[in-house]
Amino acid sequence: MADGNGILVIGEMAGDEPASTTLEALAAGRSLLLSLPGEKLSVVLAGASTTAAGAIAIAHGAETAYTAESSSFADPAPEAMVAVAEEAVRLASPRIVLGSKTILGRDVMPRLAFRLGTALAQDCTAVDIDNAKHLLATRPVYGGNAVATIACVSDIAVAALRAKSVDAAQPDLSRTGEVVALTIDIASTIRVRSIERVEQTSEGIRLEDARVVVSGGRGLGGPDAFTELDKLATLLGGAVGASRAACDAGWVPSSYQVGLTGKTVTPELYIAVGISGASQHMAGCSNSRTIVAINKDTGANIFKDARFGVAGDWQKVFPAFMEHLKVLLG
Amino acid sequence: MTLKIVVTAKQVIDPETPTSAFGIDSNIVTVPANQAPVVNGFDEQAIEAALRLKEASGDAHVTVLSVGKGFALDIIKKPLAMGVDELVLLDDPAFSNTIDPTVTIAVLAAAINKIGSVDIVLAGRQASDWDNAQVPIGVAEALGWPVATVAKKVDIKDSILRVERVLPDGHEVVEADLPAVVTISNELGTPRYPNMRGIMAARRVQPVVWSAADIGLDLASLKPAFELVSLSKPQSAVETEMITGDDDEDAGRKLAQRLRDERII
Repeated sequence: MADGNGILVIGEMAGDEPASTTLEALAAGRSLLLSLPGEKLSVVLAGASTTAAGAIAIAHGAETAYTAESSSFADPAPEAMVAVAEEAVRLASPRIVLGSKTILGRDVMPRLAFRLGTALAQDCTAVDIDNAKHLLATRPVYGGNAVATIACVSDIAVAALRAKSVDAAQPDLSRTGEVVALTIDIASTIRVRSIERVEQTSEGIRLEDARVVVSGGRGLGGPDAFTELDKLATLLGGAVGASRAACDAGWVPSSYQVGLTGKTVTPELYIAVGISGASQHMAGCSNSRTIVAINKDTGANIFKDARFGVAGDWQKVFPAFMEHLKVLLG
Repeated sequence: MTLKIVVTAKQVIDPETPTSAFGIDSNIVTVPANQAPVVNGFDEQAIEAALRLKEASGDAHVTVLSVGKGFALDIIKKPLAMGVDELVLLDDPAFSNTIDPTVTIAVLAAAINKIGSVDIVLAGRQASDWDNAQVPIGVAEALGWPVATVAKKVDIKDSILRVERVLPDGHEVVEADLPAVVTISNELGTPRYPNMRGIMAARRVQPVVWSAADIGLDLASLKPAFELVSLSKPQSAVETEMITGDDDEDAGRKLAQRLRDERII
């Protein structure tokens, strides 16, 4: 075990600022440091412009911000980010590396772990330190039917946090830290060449930003039902989501998918209609403030996570629900 | 030249198994014996991707590799029934510890090296037991190959790999030189069902079985990354209020009223 070299967060950018997931990882890092007295928290950020981001990361608890600034790091390719992360690990020689299970993190963190001679503790919902100063990673497994805690016993531990598992801290602008600029030539590292990116334009509110999400699943029986869900989403100023089953059936585009292999949403209100609540799906919505479920199967898993549930035929429950809401909302 | 394709496939507990059937015994997840395991769903999609590549190239050989211990032969032979050419089971008591990706990565990389001159490795984007999404990427690292993840379309033209990767709001087209690793997502489309001829043919084929010694792997040289501390049943923190009414319509109206009363809407 490398002694006393603290924690390095593999950061990500959202525009010119650290992504919310990176602020969450910094908060997780600070709480782990309570068990590692005298050790430091650092972060690595790669982007087109990192000056503001470095300062923000320091206000969120980093003692050192390693920054790689170049136009080629705007929305970096995974291979470029791995190279940046490796250089930061070399300089910081941390005992723990923390990242996030994001689109980029999903590609970067397993590679980084392998190059550091270990494996990635993936999709962690909680992290802790044991008496031997090993990282303890807790995560749902088997579709949420079990929770595993693993001790990372390599010389260096690498973990990726599930988004919104840890609350970001309030920034403390009085904190000071050092910014270390990294110079990295990535040209030789890129072997997967990005040819084009095709954005699917969607109208209305982004699913990830919506205050209300109305989601439909296999129980809806067909694509037409989503027209009804759309009406409620419009009424409540929200967005429509779907389970993987509904997307795979071709009822709605895959960009609607909420779940482990789709989007993670955290609305104030998540209304699940005809969704059984397999943990594959719940992984994408379980941090919603209030979950409401309508499902004909009284034993459906979704009712375990729902604050309010109606066990009934959605074709009868849902229109009456919507009509009465209209009355209530005047 | 024959295009040599390897697909990695894992036998897993059927993710559709009802929650009530899951148990935990001595830090191992159990299901009753009548709950048959399945080939991991994303891996079936990787097999589908391989068969499409084979059909497009006209001259390809598809080998499926599976790491584990205690295979259910009728289940794990499904790829043969779907139309792959060969099934190799990496079956050794030392491979049974699947919580540490380090072991699985080393086993698969050694097996791919033993097969030799492989052009492309296809794998499901993640397995439905631990959802690590890690082994295929690790295999690419171990082999020193590029990797493209979460693909919905895979083509090879003039030895250049072209992949459409799924993004949250669209897709990205990437290219790489072969050999390479590609992980496959469900957006590729439904895997083909084995037809009767495939099922009959698969019955006559026995899988090749390799042990750690067969692939020249000294597992003692691998440093473990993880130790399992505990495995437990999840606790639900939510108290559910089930809303009933005179009929379904009435329950729907009462739900609206409750949400209004609680100032949720």
